[in-house]
Amino acid sequence: MTAAAVGRRGRRFGRDEFRDVLVRHRTVSILVGMSLVGFLLYFLPYVPPFSLFNFHQAWLNSFASAGVFVLLALGLNVVVGLAGLLDLGYAAFFAFGAYTYAYGASPFSGNHAPFLLMLFLGAVVAALFGLLLGAPTLRLRGDYLAIMTLGFGEIVPIVFLNTDEYTRGTNGIGGIYRPDLPILGPFGALDNFKYFVVMVFIITITMILLYRLQDSRIGRAWMAIREDELAAAANGINTVTTKLLAFAIGATTAGFAGVFNASKLTIVSPDQFLFAVSFTVLAMVVLGGMGNIWGVAVGAFVIALIQSTFLTQLNQFVSTFRGIPVLDILSRVNFIQYQFLLYGIALVLMMLFRPEGLFPSQRRRMELRVAEELDPEAEAKALEAAAASETVAGGGEPTDPVVVGAMGPPPGSDEDTARPYGDDRS
Amino acid sequence: MTAIATPASPASRRRPAWFLPVVSLGGVAAYYLLLRFVFGIGEGTALQQVANALSTGAIYALVALGYTMVYGIIELINFAHGDVFMVGAFVSLFFLVQVLGNTGLTAPITNLPVLLLLIGAALLVTMPLIGLLNVGIERFFYRPLRNAPRLAPLITAIGVSFILQNIALVIAGSGDESSPQIFPIRDWRLSIGEITIPYLSLFVFALAMVLMVLLQTFVGRTRLGRAMRSTAQDREAAALMGVDLNQTIALTFLLGGALAGAAGVVWGLTYGYVRSDLGFNAGLKAFTSAVLGGIGNITGAVLGGFIIGFVEVFATTLGQTRWSQFVVFVVLALVLVFRPAGILGQQVGERA
Repeated sequence: MTAAAVGRRGRRFGRDEFRDVLVRHRTVSILVGMSLVGFLLYFLPYVPPFSLFNFHQAWLNSFASAGVFVLLALGLNVVVGLAGLLDLGYAAFFAFGAYTYAYGASPFSGNHAPFLLMLFLGAVVAALFGLLLGAPTLRLRGDYLAIMTLGFGEIVPIVFLNTDEYTRGTNGIGGIYRPDLPILGPFGALDNFKYFVVMVFIITITMILLYRLQDSRIGRAWMAIREDELAAAANGINTVTTKLLAFAIGATTAGFAGVFNASKLTIVSPDQFLFAVSFTVLAMVVLGGMGNIWGVAVGAFVIALIQSTFLTQLNQFVSTFRGIPVLDILSRVNFIQYQFLLYGIALVLMMLFRPEGLFPSQRRRMELRVAEELDPEAEAKALEAAAASETVAGGGEPTDPVVVGAMGPPPGSDEDTARPYGDDRS
Repeated sequence: MTAIATPASPASRRRPAWFLPVVSLGGVAAYYLLLRFVFGIGEGTALQQVANALSTGAIYALVALGYTMVYGIIELINFAHGDVFMVGAFVSLFFLVQVLGNTGLTAPITNLPVLLLLIGAALLVTMPLIGLLNVGIERFFYRPLRNAPRLAPLITAIGVSFILQNIALVIAGSGDESSPQIFPIRDWRLSIGEITIPYLSLFVFALAMVLMVLLQTFVGRTRLGRAMRSTAQDREAAALMGVDLNQTIALTFLLGGALAGAAGVVWGLTYGYVRSDLGFNAGLKAFTSAVLGGIGNITGAVLGGFIIGFVEVFATTLGQTRWSQFVVFVVLALVLVFRPAGILGQQVGERA
C-alpha cells in the first residue's frame, strides 16, 4: 500500500505518508499524541470560553473524572467494538476495581497498600470476575450474553448493598486513602493536577497496550469472531478462549478505572455502579465509533465533560432567566435530568443512521453497512451512485459511505479513506 | 402446546395433555407443603403466599409472553418490553384516575358490576394503546435494522428502553405514583375456615389464564397464528409461501404489547403504585421467565413466569426480600448454563 501511495504522490512527504508513519510507529505516535493532549488540556482552561465556565483546578478535576469514563469506554470497546460481544453489566467490573481499592487502602479494612500495587490488584480482581462471568456464558449465543451481563450488572450492586457487614451497605466505604506515588508524592484533596497527570499516564499505557493487542494475532481473532464467528472457528480460532480474553481485558481496564475512581472520590458505594453507568459507557462507545480506539476515547471524553460540566453550567445559565417572560420556562428545566433520555435517543439514532459512530473504524463501517448490501433497493441505488461518481470524477473514489459499504472499497482507495488511527487493517 | 419458534420437540410430543397441568398443580402443592412444614410457616401465611405467588407470577407470565413471542419471531431480545409494560401501568393509572375523578367513585369499588366494567374498560383502553406503542417501536426502530448485524438491534432496544424509562421519569418524577386500587383487597377475601386469601389474587390469576388461553388459541388455530408460527420457523420460506412478513411481525408486537398492557393494569390493581424504573426490573424477571420456560415457547413463558413468581415470593416469605432479585438472577444463570433451551424448549445446538 505504501508503495502505491509513494508511486502516486512521488517522493513528497504528504498526508498519506504521515498517516503511514503514525500507523507504523503506533506506540510512539500514541506517546506523542497523548503528551500533546495532556499538554493542551492543561492550558485549555486558560482560554476564554473555558476559562469563563470554571476555575483551572475545577477543569483539571473534571478532566480527571472524564478520564475514568475514557478508560471505561476503552475497555468496553474491546468487548463490544473489537470482539462484538454486548456487555451490559460493565459497571460491575468497575465496582470490583473500586471495592478492591477500598479494601486495600482504607481505615475500614485497616490496610494501607500502595496505590500502584492496588491498581494491579484491582485489575486482576476485576479480570477474575470477568472470567468467572464469561466462562459459562460465552459459550452461549450473543444475545444471551447480553441478558446475562445485564443481570450480573444488576446483581453486583445489590450484593454490595446487602452484605453490609463487609461493605457498609448504602453508606459505602468512606475515607479511602489517596495515592502516594514516587515522584508526585502524597496526593491531597486539592491536588487535581496530580490526579490529572496519573490519569493521562494510565490512559496512555492502556491505549498503547490496546493498540498492540488489536494489531496482534489476538486482535485479528477478535475481529474475525465479530464478523463471522463460524468462519473464525473454521479457521482454527478457539472462539471461547478468544472471547473470554476480550472479556477479561475489558474487565481489567474497568478495574483500573475503578481503582483510580475510588482513590479520587475516597468513597465507594453501590449506587456509583448502577446500570446507568454501563449504559453511559455503551453510549460513549457507540457514539465514538465501535472498534476505533481513538474515536471511542474522544467520544467518551466529550460526553463525560458534557455530563459533568456542561450540563451543570447550562442549568446555572438558564436559571438566570428566571422571571424573564418567555425564557422563564427554560429556567425551570433541569438538563441533567434529561441526560439519559438524550443518550437513549442518541444511541437509537446512531444505530439507525450511522451505526459506525462519529469516528468510525474503517472495517467496522463496512461490516455494519452490510445491511444495505442485502437490501436490493439500496444496492441498486449504490450501484447507480457509484456509476455516477465514476463518470463525474473519472474513476475517483466514492466518498458516500453507502457506496463504500455496498461495493467494498475500490482498489487504491484504502489510503485515502483511512483515518490516521481509525483503520484496523490486519 | 404451542411452540412459536421451534416445532414441538419429540420429548414434548411424548408428553400427554394432562402432564403439564398435573405437574403444575403438584408443584404448587409441593411449594405449599415446603413452606408449611419444612420452613414452619403458618397455614394462613403459607396459603396467602401461594396466592401472592400466583398473582405475581401471572404478571411476569403476561410480560414474558411478549419477550418470548418477539424472540421467537425475530430473534431479538426486546429490552424495551419491560418498559412497554411500565408505560401500560402508567396508562392504566392515568385512565383510572381520570374515571374516578370524573364519576366521583372512590378507590375500593364494592359494586361488582361497576368494578368489572371499570377493569374491563381499563383493559380495553390500555391493551390496544400499548399494543400500538409496541408496533410503533417495531416499525420505526427495529424494522430498519432487521438485516443488520445482531448487535445493532440489541443496542437500539436498550436505547428505546432508556428513552421510555426517562420519558416516564420526566413526566411522572422519580417517586412512586400511587395507582387507585379499585379492587377491594381487604374486604373481599375467600375464607376457608380461619384462613382468608384475597379474591384479587384469584381474579388476577384467572384473568391472566384467560388471556393466555386466548393467545394460545389465536396462535394455534387461526390463519394469522399459523403465519406467525411459520415466520418463526423460517422467515424466507414463509415469505415465499405468501406470508406478509411485515404484517406478521407487527401483529406479534401488537399481541405482545397488548399483553404487557394487561399486565400493567393488573400491576396497578395488585400493588397500587407505578414508577418509572418498574419496567427494568420486571423486564429482567420476565425475560428470565421466558428463558426458563424455553424462549420462543408460549406455554414455557407462562410456566416460567409462575416459577419466577413462586421463587420471588419464596424469598420474600423467608424475610429475604432484598435478595429476591439475586435469587432470580441465579436462576437465570443456572438455566442458561445448564439448560439454555429452557424447561419446555427444544434442546438445540447453540449457534454459539
